[in-house]
Amino acid sequence: MDTLNNILTYVGLGFVLLGSIFLFLGALGIYRMPDLYNRLQAGTKASTLGAMSVVLGVGLMQPDWLIKLLVIIIFIGVSNPLSSHALARASYRSGIFPFFKKKIDAYEAEVEKEKMSAETHDPASKCGNK
Amino acid sequence: MNKSKFSLTKFIYTFIIIFLIWYAFTTSLQPAEIITGIIISLLVAYITVINFDCCDPILITPSHIIYFIKYFFVFLGALVKANFDVARRVINPNLPINPGIVSFETQLNNDFAKMVLANSITLTPGTLTVDVVDNKFYIHWIDVTTENPEDVYKEIAEPFEKVLLKIYG
Repeated sequence: MDTLNNILTYVGLGFVLLGSIFLFLGALGIYRMPDLYNRLQAGTKASTLGAMSVVLGVGLMQPDWLIKLLVIIIFIGVSNPLSSHALARASYRSGIFPFFKKKIDAYEAEVEKEKMSAETHDPASKCGNK
Repeated sequence: MNKSKFSLTKFIYTFIIIFLIWYAFTTSLQPAEIITGIIISLLVAYITVINFDCCDPILITPSHIIYFIKYFFVFLGALVKANFDVARRVINPNLPINPGIVSFETQLNNDFAKMVLANSITLTPGTLTVDVVDNKFYIHWIDVTTENPEDVYKEIAEPFEKVLLKIYG
């Protein structure tokens, strides 16, 4: 029983270390990337896996908390990409365009089209559902 | 948001999910905890159910569960790959990026499935969902290799959508 706990503690520490490395790389990505969208890319992916990994590591060190921590992991996995999508969409619509080596922008046409038809000012039509 | 009508099935689904979350957090079988959980879950489900316009309940069969598990592993592999991809780009002194926003069309009709697909795309290597308009996905791609919507679809969405179509198709 004792050895099992020891092994779990070390595995947990490994997960915490791995998560910290990913979180650090994410922070570095936010610092180095040229515009908002690329920063979101680096930030979202690294912080999702980094945070999940740290929380899982803590769960392995303290097995009593594991179920609660698994719920938190699921919550991080669902809410992180959602919030980054909301940030990207809102900033595009408020006029922050990707400026770095812009190659193709399929979204521009869509936003223009919606602006044209926004005379009715129905916020539900922008949400994409019905 | 357009509010949908109150429906008992949705109410029961919402109640079950909220109660399961409550139980996962308390993890105790004491009657006081359970009763408090039931009362609070009923209240929260009653207040929030009219705002849930997505997520029509589907009948869950064993094959669905197998596909859910398969999806989970596809997703986990993509997430780990995405992180190494970010790490590679960030550490490289030349910062090898070539970003742009591309679009493709999905065959999924279910709103919940579309949300799962959009979230998965955000967490896979080099892609970020900017918007979903009806069936069109707009993706910010850090390294644009193709502009043709069909090729984009093959590159970005196919492995996820194949599994999601089996569940919701």
